[in-house]
Amino acid sequence: MTKLALIDYGMGNLHSVAKALEKSGASVDLVQDAAALQHYDRMVLPGVGAFRDCISALKKTGLDVAIEHQIRQGMPFLGICLGMQALMSQSYEFACYDGLNIISGDVKPFPESHPKRGFKLPHMGWNDVVFSSERDIHPVLAPLQGKQVYYVHSLYCVPEKPEHILAASSYGDYPFACAIGRENILAVQFHPEKSQQAGLAMLKSFVEWKP
Amino acid sequence: MLSKRIIPCLDVAHGRVVKGVQFVDIIDAGDPVEAAIKYDEQGADELTFLDIRASHENRDTLYHMVSEVAEHVFMPLTVGGGVKALKDIEGLLHAGADKISINTAAIFNPDLVKEAAERFGSSTIVVAVDAKRVGDALNGHWECFTHGGRKPTGLNAVEWAKRMSDDGAGEILLTSMDADGTKHGYDIPLTRAVSEAVSSNVVASGGVGTLEHLAEGLRDGKADAVLAASIFHFGTFSIAESKQYLAAQGIPVRLTA
Repeated sequence: MTKLALIDYGMGNLHSVAKALEKSGASVDLVQDAAALQHYDRMVLPGVGAFRDCISALKKTGLDVAIEHQIRQGMPFLGICLGMQALMSQSYEFACYDGLNIISGDVKPFPESHPKRGFKLPHMGWNDVVFSSERDIHPVLAPLQGKQVYYVHSLYCVPEKPEHILAASSYGDYPFACAIGRENILAVQFHPEKSQQAGLAMLKSFVEWKP
Repeated sequence: MLSKRIIPCLDVAHGRVVKGVQFVDIIDAGDPVEAAIKYDEQGADELTFLDIRASHENRDTLYHMVSEVAEHVFMPLTVGGGVKALKDIEGLLHAGADKISINTAAIFNPDLVKEAAERFGSSTIVVAVDAKRVGDALNGHWECFTHGGRKPTGLNAVEWAKRMSDDGAGEILLTSMDADGTKHGYDIPLTRAVSEAVSSNVVASGGVGTLEHLAEGLRDGKADAVLAASIFHFGTFSIAESKQYLAAQGIPVRLTA
């Protein structure tokens, strides 16, 4: 059974993510200790809350360095929601804050004019996962074809390199990257652990993924 | 395209699902985990649990119920009832809830919502607004009530909802106390007034008796989601039937079957 590190940097509830990953066939440990990360087969960086708090918690614990190191060693990585945004170079939530810069690009808020046009914030609910017809679908995301998944966010990632965008969605005429990645890195804006059968199928394919 | 959400609501008391008619007569309607699994299979977009008999003595019962449900279904869970302080919110989030609904405490401690949104994020904070029409249709307005609709507050419900949204509530759970339990449909003018006033998501609640009522709440009331209890509990309609009806009306919904 694959040993999965669910990275616990002290923000929010990891109960749902842990249960969903267990249901998808992984043996899951909450990992707070940076030195322990190397003992696992794959890792998941979850997250809800504020970008700045997330990055400062990762830096304080040394988890930022450990995550980067294990990514370079080839360990499969999945970022979820804030765990996706954390990978980027910087975020413009309230002010500009530096991210982990593992995938270059920005995190930007949906425009404040959105609610006036009937598009409430946060973007909350079930929305599409759209794949480009010009490239192969990422194997972990394959179960999501034709499905909707659950989103809750007010900011979205804008990767610098278009080839890092694996799938897109859109809200209020704003297309945004809903899945990004390269090599052994995959990150999604939506919550697979809250997306019923489709989400569990995606997590199962991550648990079995051999990048 | 973002789907409009269909949310079955489970009123709970002492860890059991119940449903009141105008918040008075309580009828036992079953086991929360069984109900959650049934709605999950029918393709519900989310579940809301409201503890209508919340007290400090039965807090552990509620936490236990939430964690049981969260182990069986993988969908967004909103929990409310008796939430008074940040530690109540934290307890429910740790039990497995995704969003916490605050009602009375937001009125008596107006800073609670702002503090909770800063600490746990706007997307986890729901403010429940229970509104009742005061005065006639031309000159009247809606007022907030607390304690399950028994106590008036003097607060204008539309203004209050806007303030809570500005303070960081990601969602407003709007219940018409006049419509609740009547099966005559949502209070559409109230729903539309709140939907147009706030920047956060609005969930319409109270009064559903037919599938057309769901369509009215989303189309005419401009709600982002509709909540109903008894039509789903007592099997009048399934979630799947509701979504097929709404899709036929041109309303975007997530069809799972």
